[in-house]
Amino acid sequence: MTDIRLKQVKKAYGSVEVIHGIDLEVNSGEFCVFVGPSGCGKSTLLRIIAGLEDVTSGDVEIDGTVVNTIPASERGLAMVFQSYALYPHMSVYKNMAFGLENSKMPRAEIDKRVTEAARMLQLEPYLQRRPKALSGGQRQRVAIGRAIVRDPKAFLFDEPLSNLDAELRVAMRKELAALHADIGGTMIYVTHDQVEAMTLADKIVVLQAGEIKQAGTPLDLYNKPRNAFVAGFIGSPRMNIIEAKVEAGEGGLILRAGGFGISIPAVADLEPGDSCSFGIRPEHLDMAPEGATADMTAKVTQTEQLGGETYLYCDTEGLPQITIHRPGQLAVQAGQDVALVIDRAQLHIFDAQGQTLANGVGA
Amino acid sequence: MMRNLKAMLGARRGTNGRLHWTDVFTYFYLAFGVFLMFFPVVWLVLSSFKTPAGLVEFPPTFLPLSQVEVQVEGQKKPLPLFRAELEDGSVKDLAQIRRIGIVSQMVDPNDPDAKYKVPIDKREPIREFRMAWENYFDPLERFNFLGYLSNSVIVTVAATLVTLLINSMAAYGLAIYEFKGRNAIMILVIGTLLIPITVILVPVYLVVTQLGMVNSLWAVILPGAATPTGVFLLRQYMLTIPKDLIEAARMDKASEWQIYSRVVLPLATPAIAVLAIFSIMWRWNEFLWPLIVLNRSEVYTLQVGLNAFQGELDVQWHYILAMTVVTLIPVVLVFSFLQRFITTGIANAGMK
Repeated sequence: MTDIRLKQVKKAYGSVEVIHGIDLEVNSGEFCVFVGPSGCGKSTLLRIIAGLEDVTSGDVEIDGTVVNTIPASERGLAMVFQSYALYPHMSVYKNMAFGLENSKMPRAEIDKRVTEAARMLQLEPYLQRRPKALSGGQRQRVAIGRAIVRDPKAFLFDEPLSNLDAELRVAMRKELAALHADIGGTMIYVTHDQVEAMTLADKIVVLQAGEIKQAGTPLDLYNKPRNAFVAGFIGSPRMNIIEAKVEAGEGGLILRAGGFGISIPAVADLEPGDSCSFGIRPEHLDMAPEGATADMTAKVTQTEQLGGETYLYCDTEGLPQITIHRPGQLAVQAGQDVALVIDRAQLHIFDAQGQTLANGVGA
Repeated sequence: MMRNLKAMLGARRGTNGRLHWTDVFTYFYLAFGVFLMFFPVVWLVLSSFKTPAGLVEFPPTFLPLSQVEVQVEGQKKPLPLFRAELEDGSVKDLAQIRRIGIVSQMVDPNDPDAKYKVPIDKREPIREFRMAWENYFDPLERFNFLGYLSNSVIVTVAATLVTLLINSMAAYGLAIYEFKGRNAIMILVIGTLLIPITVILVPVYLVVTQLGMVNSLWAVILPGAATPTGVFLLRQYMLTIPKDLIEAARMDKASEWQIYSRVVLPLATPAIAVLAIFSIMWRWNEFLWPLIVLNRSEVYTLQVGLNAFQGELDVQWHYILAMTVVTLIPVVLVFSFLQRFITTGIANAGMK
């Protein structure tokens, strides 16, 4: 079992710093997912852990040992690449055995391990095939098998599912989760797909522009985002984030946005006159019941009826598009006006810098 | 297989058995190309079977023909046979004893005592199709051409192996590693192409002499082993090998030597095959350098040996032609064997 610790890790290419001092702890047996938009440094961070990139400053520790100067081959980690990087001139068996042969393992042991991994990944009929004779999902499994046979200290995955079609991606996601439950190793997984992150992770690390924006369990990130970036990034469809001016109201504050005012109780560090923004997830917006006071009204421009759930896309004057997600089927048509109420307990308020002031305000 | 071949050869644009004008044009163009490419070779091969007399004959004949010779009683040497028109108008096959001016003295092979005098424009040589195999056997037996052949084979094989090893290692370093000055080094390597061999001939000769390699095959093998063309060719190909593969091998605990020999080399096979073909052709056909450093006939290569037939006054064309054919054979064999390795796009088959 292996834990991996990053201490003030920085990485610069020439004078351009791309990783700005990252502290992170990945505990033994944890499934940790790095997620962020492209160019946020998540792959670079993974390659730093793998030893394929050097750190500019800071320490990478594996099991308490600083490995900064230890080459990738000696770190005892296994990596699954986005492109799979299978050796095209070797059979599936050879692909999996290559790493073991390099560490001078006896033939019988290699054979045992490869057969075992092939059985686990249902690759037995394909052992003598070349990678080009395999489908995408099979190649993916070979790439994973190549990592498993090594019995590594930790698994590193670099966007392993991004080349698969949607259906296969869901299937492979489940297989990966099952695999983690089965072998229980430490895994670090890079993806830009927040659904993958939410479904697989024990711990999600949200990165942006070379900095950790928040790290925590999936539901922590969903319920208590620490800033507007995490709030917007986690959750699908995106949280509606609306800029507002704070005004004093009776017994509290009013968030003034466009032509609407949303009254809320007092929030620490939020004074009348401040600029702020508030966020509400599409699933926490509801139609106002007949006769009740609505927080805002909006015109529906597009509806997506999926049967089990409904998405509404609405425009209101002076505000960005608002997305509403409701379970079941709604008799709403494009062009219709809808009155909306905001669930105050699910309202997120951010200051002008995007830092969270409150995750949910009292009713 | 045969059907595919037939379909390929018979392919045309026109339908219903009619030829489109582009079909006519294409076939004409292709036939012209075949003629242009193959005629010199066919001419060479056919000529290599001609006797010296047949070679200088004008107008030249296409097939190797030679005059029929007969042994006539009372004559020491075999005599050439002619079909002569006699004064009485009858036609007879006669052997020529000697020619005096415009008159030739002839004898009837069936009746050795009957002698005739025939004007030379009244006789026609009788010729038959005959391959002059002695063009091949004489040099191989008398002039130690088998020795030259084996020298050439040794030089070509050894030089090609050394070339492939050294060039692929240099290319690996320049393609896989990223370091400051990598492109500068590459430009330097390619820059050496600008220096013609004639300029470095003397310096290299001095080096070879100092190393005591003159008149040894190493003098031919070593100096040309590292070729900028080869390094460039292999390096550009290796640049197309996905970086992920190299990194995957690193993660798989492969040493640099293992990455080179077990991942990069097998993936660079198409480029290696091309370089092998080039190297074999260069080395096999190399002439100037071996001529300079190989001065004893025991170490001659084929090309230098061929030169020996080309005297200042007398050129033995029949031997040169025959031995040229011999020197062509290995190149043709090598090419037909290696060309199937020249298929690109293998390196990407395992990705995505």
